[in-house]
Amino acid sequence: MSSPTHSANTTPNTAAEISPESVPVLNRMFRFQWEKAQDSYVLLYPEGMVKLNGPAGEVLALVDGQRTAADIIQTLQAKFPDAEGIDRDILDFLGDAREQLWITL
Amino acid sequence: MSNSGSPCNGQPSQAPSLNSVPTHGQPLWLLAELTYKCPLQCPYCANPVDFASKTGELSTAEWIDVFTQARELGAAQLGFSGGEPLVRQDLIELIREARNLGYYSNLITSGVGLNERKIADFREAGLDHIQVSFQAADPEVNNLLAGSEKAFKQKLAMAREVKAQGYPMVLNFVTHRHNIDQIDRIIELCVELKADYVELATCQYYGWAYENRNDLLPTRAQLERAERITNDYRDRLAAEGNPIKIIFVTPDYYEERPKGCMNGWGQVFLTVTPDGTALPCHSARMLPIEFPSVREQSIEQIWNRSNGFNHFRGYEWMKEPCASCDEKEKDFGGCRCQAFMMTGDANNADPVCSKSPHHDLILQAREEAELPSHKEPVYRNERNSKVFCKS
Repeated sequence: MSSPTHSANTTPNTAAEISPESVPVLNRMFRFQWEKAQDSYVLLYPEGMVKLNGPAGEVLALVDGQRTAADIIQTLQAKFPDAEGIDRDILDFLGDAREQLWITL
Repeated sequence: MSNSGSPCNGQPSQAPSLNSVPTHGQPLWLLAELTYKCPLQCPYCANPVDFASKTGELSTAEWIDVFTQARELGAAQLGFSGGEPLVRQDLIELIREARNLGYYSNLITSGVGLNERKIADFREAGLDHIQVSFQAADPEVNNLLAGSEKAFKQKLAMAREVKAQGYPMVLNFVTHRHNIDQIDRIIELCVELKADYVELATCQYYGWAYENRNDLLPTRAQLERAERITNDYRDRLAAEGNPIKIIFVTPDYYEERPKGCMNGWGQVFLTVTPDGTALPCHSARMLPIEFPSVREQSIEQIWNRSNGFNHFRGYEWMKEPCASCDEKEKDFGGCRCQAFMMTGDANNADPVCSKSPHHDLILQAREEAELPSHKEPVYRNERNSKVFCKS
């Protein structure tokens, strides 16, 4: 049996540019939820779990198949007005999440 | 050993050794072995060989209580296993409760006893994932190993249905010397069935598989060929943009270092057997250790304070060559069950390790794998199990 947990790698990478108009959708292979015992958001999948860091959890919590990437940026900018360069970070993360097959765009 | 306190017999007590209990993680993975009953007779089954002597399955209410308590301690993954979990008439109720509690639930099934209606009902009740196990890609070998005529057709139909109803699907093939040469056909079948994950898991030699080891262990040449073909398929499928994930598990008999079994004793996994015995792994029942029962102790007591779960936590129990080994934090000395089965002492190094003074037992098994195998395997059924109960 493989290890049921591993940490999410959310380092920005050189993934293809994500358009602000695109609508991220959670891959149905994964279930996203708040996990009290981990004090974090997690992605659950067959026999495994990805523990998400704070920013990654905040972004995925807004992925509902309706909001565009721009909507997500706007919401988080309002929530964290002091965070700088948040739009770039969010787009990078969405690119990374697509690479990991957590979402489709 | 760090925890030498007496068994607690269900009485909450201040364990004197509590301060010296090594740190441990949360029981993230709860494996619920709902029953030992199974319509198949696979000769590599991981169930105890004397399963026929274990009676008195936990009731629906008892299982729900176990799920609730384990969830409180951080369990997130719940596996419904067995035997064949479909045999339990209350499975749908257990699935519904698991979902209410926030578990990600996995049904680990042979597919025998499954039908379109049940797959839909389970989905509606909140089941997240179904893993169908196959014996081989070839109906003849599959049926031979499962001891059932109709098994293969049924498994195929059910795998298609699982996928059609939108579940993520993991296909599990237990590989061994009789089917590993068909690895290309196995992979092609998985691609055709649109599996999301494929586990090509080489048989682990516990329970029935240990009894049948000489008839199951592949040769090194078989193994190397299978791994090479698997890698070729991986590259090709990735190049085609196929998201299928293929996991190839090498048998530890061909390794020089042991596996970090269960990510460490009592670190992540909690197995509860049909009669409520709590184990740090599904094979541990064979060890000469008293394991607690969920009927007598809370999951919190079991996980944090029982002698059974603290037994091999940390490193103090280790003997040489493990105690002074610079790799002990990586592999924890390997598998306690394997050490016990092969050397008679569960505190020994896993003989898979080339540093173990018992490593020759592994070398001998490898040599025996090179000989032509001719013995009929012992099938896992009630009649054969009773033989083990007596002995």
